[in-house]
Formats: sequence, structure tokens, C-alpha cells
Amino acid sequence: MKKKIALFTSVLVIFALLFFCLQALLVPKYMDKSKEGNLIGEYYANAGNNDVVFVGDCEVYENFSPITLWEEYGITSYIRGSAQQLIWQSYYLMEETFRYETPKVMVFNVLSMKYDTPKSTGDQDEREAYNRMTLDGMRWSSSKWNSIQASMTEQEREKEAQFSYLLPLLRFHDRWSQLTADDFTYWFHRLQVSDNGYLMQTGIKPAGDDYWEPPLADYSFGENSWYYLDKMVELCESKGTELVLIKAPALSPIWHDAWDEQIAAYAKEKGLKYINMLEYQEEMGIDWSVDTYDAGKHLNVYGAEKAARWFGDYLQKECGVADRRNDPQLSALWTKKTEAYNDRKALLESKKSEEIS
Amino acid sequence: MQITSISYLLFAAAVLLGYFLLPKKVRWMYLLASSLFFYLMAGVEYLGFLVLTVLSTYVGGRLMERNLSKQERYLAENKDSLSREEKKACKNRIKIKNRLILAAILVLNFGILGACKLGNDYSLWMLGLPFGISFYMFQSMGYLVDIYRGTDKAERNFFKLALFASYFPQLIQGPISKHSVLAPQLTAGKGFDGKAFSFGIQRMLWGFFKKLVIADRIAAAVVILRGPEYTGVGFFLLTLFYAVQIYADFTGGIDMVIGLSQALGITLPENFVRPYFSKNIAEYWRRWHISLGEWMKSYIFYPISVSSPMLKLSKAARTKLGNFGKRLPVYAASVATWAVTGIWHGLTPNFLLWGMMNCFVIVVSEELNPLYEKFHNRLGFKEKKWYGGFEILRMFLLMNLIRVVDWFPDVGQYFSRMGSLFTTFNFHVLWDGTLMKLGLTALDYGILAFGIATMFSVSLFEETKGSIRERLYTRPVLRYALFVALLLIVLLMGSYGIGYDAGNFIYNRF
Amino acid sequence: MEALLDILSELHPEVDFETATGLIDDKVLDSFDIVTIVAEINAEYDVQIPAVELTPENFNSARALYALVERLMEE
Repeated sequence: MKKKIALFTSVLVIFALLFFCLQALLVPKYMDKSKEGNLIGEYYANAGNNDVVFVGDCEVYENFSPITLWEEYGITSYIRGSAQQLIWQSYYLMEETFRYETPKVMVFNVLSMKYDTPKSTGDQDEREAYNRMTLDGMRWSSSKWNSIQASMTEQEREKEAQFSYLLPLLRFHDRWSQLTADDFTYWFHRLQVSDNGYLMQTGIKPAGDDYWEPPLADYSFGENSWYYLDKMVELCESKGTELVLIKAPALSPIWHDAWDEQIAAYAKEKGLKYINMLEYQEEMGIDWSVDTYDAGKHLNVYGAEKAARWFGDYLQKECGVADRRNDPQLSALWTKKTEAYNDRKALLESKKSEEIS
Repeated sequence: MQITSISYLLFAAAVLLGYFLLPKKVRWMYLLASSLFFYLMAGVEYLGFLVLTVLSTYVGGRLMERNLSKQERYLAENKDSLSREEKKACKNRIKIKNRLILAAILVLNFGILGACKLGNDYSLWMLGLPFGISFYMFQSMGYLVDIYRGTDKAERNFFKLALFASYFPQLIQGPISKHSVLAPQLTAGKGFDGKAFSFGIQRMLWGFFKKLVIADRIAAAVVILRGPEYTGVGFFLLTLFYAVQIYADFTGGIDMVIGLSQALGITLPENFVRPYFSKNIAEYWRRWHISLGEWMKSYIFYPISVSSPMLKLSKAARTKLGNFGKRLPVYAASVATWAVTGIWHGLTPNFLLWGMMNCFVIVVSEELNPLYEKFHNRLGFKEKKWYGGFEILRMFLLMNLIRVVDWFPDVGQYFSRMGSLFTTFNFHVLWDGTLMKLGLTALDYGILAFGIATMFSVSLFEETKGSIRERLYTRPVLRYALFVALLLIVLLMGSYGIGYDAGNFIYNRF
Repeated sequence: MEALLDILSELHPEVDFETATGLIDDKVLDSFDIVTIVAEINAEYDVQIPAVELTPENFNSARALYALVERLMEE
């Protein structure tokens, strides 16, 4: 009997090992393309001492540079952003963040208020890809589970995708026929793609003059969006963290006045700060002919540094976020981060000039 | 809950765990509760149908048994005073009474089944087919007939009968079990048997392999090949692909059902004995969907063929038609049985045609048997090995042709497609790239080839040398290694999850 | 008994029915054979074998089958 149990246990261990090795091999690495797929997973190594945490979609991880916040104001911050992150995903990321640290300020970019359900974002396959990039990187927790449940599309629900978010092998099991060299290189480790959640872009593609989108039939945000915004407010309140709502500086998609008014009214009612940064573009000094890499949808690193410089000042003065440069340990840590940032910037810029020449 | 879904696996794991943790006395109640839970997951709206069947079966069985025991007591008490005729008359009276009860309940239940099938096949209402109705219905009605015949005892506990009817693993696609065999096992609460448990889990995994690696992968091509542009060789491919799909799908599903039951210590009847190795259609039907065949034999074929009118017909026909006349009743009963079997699969005309084709082939080969014998005696190659192979191939191709009528509710379509086999020799579809347009990539074909080769080798081994698992049982390390390897193969090569429309088991339709 | 053996031998001349004891279990007789036998017995002995008696136990050997016929004749 003892022998049998020993055999069974060792088979179980061997199977688990094989399973996790295969899983690590088969999941997409996001090292070459779609680097944002790694953003959520990179947080855990950098959790613990962030006074400000940003949560939201690409408008946070492309538009603010935490390194600049450190260099200029000694503010420690992290961006928990991911591509087309929806509001419930943001909420559960906030909830999860509180398991690791209690920042002084939580910043949420309100653009995703416009998506009320997973369906309202359009294409289901595309939605699944975005869900993957937000959810796969999260560690196992009730927050992850709840976020999965809130995020699944109809198709995913039918296919029981909730289990494959826990064990991604079940989703990527047939990728073995499409493996590339990257999958083996980054089998058990990844390179860090972000600087505290900021995904650097050095390209320049000037924005055009006029942005036009067809008018909407109804500008009021959906019930579900409001529900999660309420939950965010309650959550931050219960943790003693100040929730700051922002609309990041980006020309497209358009942030409609009707939306702006709703959020402003809501912030007033709840006693929150809401900053529509589109109104402070000039103060920031953003020049849309050089500070964007995709014609106004997102800022490039030069724009993100400007936005951070402006917002750091606000965080310090209005929210009382402390200067931590006197802390030797933090200082050492952030010096390293700054070096990595500068190296990355230099590398990307040299690549760019190579391309030009 | 689909049987290949993770939810079902988790559910099955919970059932297994709970079953062995609970005291033996309450295990059957736990199984009943699990079955009900499973049923409710499939749809609350269907529960009424199930309850009605169980209730009518319960009442009918009890009533008939009471009549029988009354009769027995009466006969025993008046053993000496009654004459032989009086005894016979008493027996007849009770028999007629019971026959009425039986008829009423059969009509009620098969009426419901018929109405549901009609509604489903012709989309008369939106309800759909109540979950598992064909299987629990046939099982319950078989039980009732057995009571009427006096070969089984009526169940006194309503809930035990409910468990017999609703036992969840077999609700999905059978097998159809006999009450006298299954019910005692369900309520016995057997202890944990390590060997049965490991055999059961192995069998489930093997079922997953067949279903996920083969059946669900080839399914896409079967759907496309049904298109009207695939004639001649294209149609031949359809018959071949469908043979692979339905075998892997149905036997794989049954493996999962029998495997889970085996792990619970419950032995279900085998539903397949490597049917594609049969040498003629009659043998095929003794090896394919056996439990349905047995049911049809016991409750349709035999009763009709040995009934008084049939015997009279036989007597009359033999004087006029000789030997053929002698067999006339058998053939008449066959036609009836195959008609019922056809209708069981669906109420559209193609299923009736399917039954009649099977019947026709069986009857014709029975009639031609003497001719064959003469022929073989003269040529003398019947005992040769290659001839056995030829017979198997002949049966396989013929059965493929008959089976594929499943897909042609429009019977005319079927015949014209079949005709194209003999008029359209478009062999170029095999190399002109058509194969790549069937929803399968080269890689899919590779995986299918691997899967089918594995399945075939295992079948061939079991057909000629006996159980592989028994041999492996004494070699635990090898056994575990093979298990883990198969599990990884299923995980990596199975068609499941997003990107695959795994679909339901084919046999859910019936 | 003689008449019964004749009936059986006519169906399967190659089988020795006096000694065979696994006619059903060894798949010597199929369902067609069984029904034919029932009809023949009906003609020969004027006994009607009901469907419920069509069991392997009753048809596995000529002896068992004959016992069945005798039992039914008595009733």
C-alpha cells in the first residue's frame, strides 16, 4: 500500500511538473509583438512601496512616466494598465493591489466608462485577446476569479474559459504547432517590457487637426459602469486611499463633453477629484506634432514625461504625496529603475535613427 | 453540462469523492441527488417529463406485482380445490388485467416520447427534446415489461426506482440497462475497489482521447462533405469520415460513461465490441449499440415473431412457400423491429429508410446463405485469412453507405448522391487540394492519422490478444507512464476550447 | 426429443446437439434460429413458447429446450 501511494504521488508530481513546463512553453510570450501582454504580470516584482497606483487602459500605460514622477518629485508610482482594460477589470486590479500595498492615491482613467458590458466593445475574438492580456498575467486570487467572471464574452462562457484563465494551457494547448524561437528563449523568464508599468514609445507621428467621430444616440454611461465606479469609491474609502479620477490627455477616441459633465457631476457628489487633462494640455506643454507616436491616440515618451511632470506637481500639491528621495533604500531602487529607463530610451532612440538613416 | 466539459469533470470528481466518503447506506441517495442535480443543470423544464415516467412506471409496476402476488396466494390457498381449467382461467384473468395496466403506461410514455420526438424533428415547438428521454424511457419501459412477464420484481422504494431511471452517467447516451442488473448495483453501496477505480479512470481518459482528438476534429470535415457539391469520391469520403467520427464519438462517450460507473463500482453492460471487425451486418448489429439491440430483441422482435398470429402465418406459409415461408414470420418481425429502431433515431423519413436498409441487407444475406455455402464449398477459400479481411472490409463499406443516410432527411438527395458513386469517378479530389478545403489543415490530418492509427492498433490488439489493461495492471510504472502520456496527448491534441466548436455528442440527438 | 433434435439438425447440420451445452453462449444459434425453432416446435408439438421463455438458459442445450417444451405441454 505504501509503495502504491508513493508511486501515485510521484506520478502526480511528475505530471504537474510536465504540465507547468508545457504551459510555460505554450503561452504567448508577448516579447516581440503586443508587449502590453506582459504589463499586468510585471507588477508583482515591483509591488510594495508605491504611493500612487494608476489603473486603467492604454491611456494610463502610454501617457505617464513613473520615472519622471520619481526624478522630479520623488513620487513612487506604478501603472497597472493593460490594453482596453474594462472598468470591472480595473476594479478587480485595484482590489488585488490592496493585497500587496496600500497606496496613498489611486488614479483611475475614466475612458472605459463608455463600455458597459464585454459585448459593447465589439468583436468577440478581439475582446478575448484583450481579456487574455489583462487576466492571464494576474496571480490566482478571488479578485482574478471575479474579474474573469465579469469579463467573459458569451463565446468564452460557452467554452468554459474561466478554467483556462486559471490554467492557460487549456487555452493555448494547440499552439505547439506555431512555436517560435522566442517561446523557447523566454520559456521560464521574461525580459521586463515596462518601466513600472509604463510602456515606452519613442516614435513620432504628428496628430492631424480635426478629429471627428459620428455622434452617439445616447451619451449616458451604462448601469454596469456606474456600478463598478461606485465599488471603486467604496473600496478606496475603506482602505483610506484617495481615489482620483482622470481623463488622460489624448485626442482620440474623443472624450465627449456629455461624458465629461457626467463624471464631473459624479466626482462632485462623491467629493472626489476629477481632472480632465485635455483642458491642461497647454500647461503641460504638449505639442501634438511631436509628443504622440500614433497621431494623437497616445503620447510618446516625450509627451508622457511632460504629462508626468504636470501631474506630479498636482499629486504633490493637491494630494500631498510625499517626496521619498530621502529614503536611501527607495532611492537606490529607483536609481536602478531610472538607469534601466534611460538605457531603454537610448536603445529605442538609436533603433529609430537607424531606421531613419 | 457537456460530458467533455470541465464542469462535468469537476462534477464527476465531486460525485466520486463524496460517494466513497459517505457511509455505504446512504450512497444511493447521494447518487440520486447527484443525478437530479445533473438533470436540473440540463434544464428545469424537462424535469416534469422524467418525474411522470418514473411515477407511472412505479405505480404500474407495483399494481401488476400486487395482482400477480394475489393470484399466487389464491392459487396456493386453493391448490387442491381448483381444477386445471379454473387455475388457467384465474391466470388469464390476471394476465388481462396486467396487460391493460402495461398497455396504458406504455401508451402514455411512448406517446410522450413520440410527441417530443415529433416536436423536435419537425420543430413544432420550441421545447426541444427532453434531456436523455430516449434512454430513461426505454430503460423504464423494459423494466415494466419484465414485471409483467414476471422476470423481475417491482421496486418498492420510489426513490430507488427514480435512481434507476435517472442515473446520470447513462442519461446522456445510454447504455440502456436492465433493471434486474443495474438497480441492485446502484443501491448496493459497494466498497472502494482500487482496480475497478483505476480501470474506470483509464477508460474515461480513453474516451476523452477518442472524442476530443478524433471525433471533434474530424467533425468539421463531415459537415462540409455533406454539401451537395461532394459527389462520387467526395461522397465516398463522407461515408468514410462519418464512420470514423461516429465510432470515435459514440464509443468514446460510452467509454466515459462506463468508465465513471466502473470507478463507482457499478458495472454497466458493454455497448460495443469492436463492431467494425464484424464480417456481416447481422454480426455488426450484435456488436454495435448492443444495449439498444438487446432491448429491441427482447421487447419487439421476440414478442412479435413468436406471437400467435405469426405462428399461424408460419404454419400457413410453410405449406405454400416451403422454406421461405417458414422464415416469413422472422422476416416480418425483423421489418417491424427495424422500423421501430429507425424511428427511435428520428422521425424523419431517412431514419425509416435507414432501418429498412439494414433489415433488407440482413434478410437478403440470410436468404442467400445456402447459395453462399455452395459457392464457398466449391471454391474453398472461406477459411483463408484474407477472405476474413475481405468480409470485414465489405461489411465496413456497406455499413458506411447505409449509415450516412443519417445526414439526408431528404431521401432523394441520398439516392442521387449514392448513384454518383457509380457514375462520378472524380478521383482528382484526393490530390487537387479539395482535402484542404474541408476545414482541416495538414496538421489536423496528421493528428487524425495518429489518433486513428492508435485507436485501430488498440482495437486490433484487443480483438486478437485480449485486454491491454489487464496486461498492464501488473506493471504499474509502465501503466502510469502510458496514462500520463495519453493525458498529455489529449491535452495538447484535443479539439477543445475557443477555436473549436466541439459540439454535442452526436448521440444526444436521438 | 428425437423430433426436436431433427428440427435443430436441420438448422445447423454441423452441430452435435446431443452434447452441445452452450448453443447461445457460444453463439451457435442466433435470434433468427431461435424464432425458427419456436415456429417448428409450435408445428411439431402444438406448444407455444412465449417471448419470456426465450432465454439463454432455455436454449443453451437441446435437453434444456426439451424440458421447456415438456413443462409448457403440462400447463
